[in-house]
Amino acid sequence: MKNLIEVKNIKKNYGKKEAVKGISFNVEEDEILGLLGPNGSGKTTTIGMLLGLLKPTSGQIYINNLKLEENRIEILEMINFISPYIELPKKLTVKQNLYVYSKLYKVQNIKERIEYLSEKLRIGELLNSITGELSSGQKNRVSLAKALVNEPKVLLLDEPTASLDPEVGDFVRTFLEEYKKEKKISILLASHNMNEVTRLCKSVLMMKNGEIIDKGKPEDLITKHGRANLEEVFLKLSRSKSEFN
Amino acid sequence: MSLTRIYGLFLRHFYLITRSFPRILDLVYWPSIQITLWGFISNFFASHTTYYNNAVGVILTCAILYDFLFRTSIGFNMLFLEEIWSRNFTNLFIAPMRIGEILTSLVITALIRSLIGLVPAILLTSPLFGISILDLGIFLFFLFLSLYIFGITLGILVSSGLLRFGPSFENIAWSTMFLLAPFGCIYYPIETLPEIFQKIAYVLPLVYIFEEARNILINQTVNIENVYYAFMWNAFYFSLSIALFYYSFNAAKNKGTLINMGE
Repeated sequence: MKNLIEVKNIKKNYGKKEAVKGISFNVEEDEILGLLGPNGSGKTTTIGMLLGLLKPTSGQIYINNLKLEENRIEILEMINFISPYIELPKKLTVKQNLYVYSKLYKVQNIKERIEYLSEKLRIGELLNSITGELSSGQKNRVSLAKALVNEPKVLLLDEPTASLDPEVGDFVRTFLEEYKKEKKISILLASHNMNEVTRLCKSVLMMKNGEIIDKGKPEDLITKHGRANLEEVFLKLSRSKSEFN
Repeated sequence: MSLTRIYGLFLRHFYLITRSFPRILDLVYWPSIQITLWGFISNFFASHTTYYNNAVGVILTCAILYDFLFRTSIGFNMLFLEEIWSRNFTNLFIAPMRIGEILTSLVITALIRSLIGLVPAILLTSPLFGISILDLGIFLFFLFLSLYIFGITLGILVSSGLLRFGPSFENIAWSTMFLLAPFGCIYYPIETLPEIFQKIAYVLPLVYIFEEARNILINQTVNIENVYYAFMWNAFYFSLSIALFYYSFNAAKNKGTLINMGE
């Protein structure tokens, strides 16, 4: 399988503080890699560097074999991102937002693309609604539509189902599974929902204090650490200072 | 440069304006109030001073010119701040847009916003006060162009600060024009300023623009040097603002401001 994301020994320092301490990993096409870690472990910084919003202090990032530093625009055309911490303009209708972002990503068949995403994500009835007036679940599906408007090869997801009810959360997870399978895209998923990670991810990286402290398939990590589930593994690794630092 | 992307970002702001009546009202309301207020002041001075006896419309014309500058600068900052307030900032900067495309789109949108406010204000002056800013003739275009470039320049400088320092720089966005106004010699000749302030005023394009507006209206002559110096200083500050924006963008990428902007 081809690696769509290649991260080679990236570091990020803010002054004397080392936010990310030389981490390396790959994500293959048709793979979902989980990025786990407690708050402040360096997950958001890592995602920021992958999006080109942050400049690594050292190290290289390749997306689809293109070096990010030298091909920012070409790479941004083939990736996208969703996070509960960023929103679409609230006063615009859903359709206007999707149309604007289709233009920014130079989507060719905008009408067909919006129709496709509306059907897949069940937002057809919301197209003429004001984005700011939608419920959390509806906003989440609209944000996901925006994140898929350019048919990304690489999708970065930061807590994609945070604050969603179980039904909508399950709908989003099922959609992501099917979409990844159909389009053979790579997904990097940062989440605190361990059931979600266990269900979706082929493998996971555990981060703490800017370092990768463990990695592997969810079931292998559970066996290795002698715990009942991934949440217990997470808690063990998060709390255990002496073992890993 | 991609016209499609520029058009896309323009649409994002155009939709916002057309969807919100208070926003349209805000664009029209303040310029009209300003012009009405200054129109009465202008009439008062015309009947009480000899300086303005032969040119009743000088103050009013300068008020319109200054308001255009003010609207352009604040308008540009508003477009940038809208992205921060709506927490859309990250979405914009992860879209495959070049800095030049973002700036061009904002510059065009800011012009349209300013014109929406300016046209009703100009139309009001004639029936209310019997004055037409068109008395400035063909040079009106050059004066407006010069003011527009300087307004955009100030907008880009403030946006650079927002990029570099985050939303806390917002208050500077509102105060820039008020800080510069005394040095602009908008309603009085430069000789009115103390000598040290005159030195500062002479390195700003504003003084040349407003001196020339008064010169045309009062003396009925054209001093092409004023227009030339205004454009020269504008070219300098505009280039400086673009360079500073690129510098701030790179600094923000190092500091992490871009990823935290909406939070």
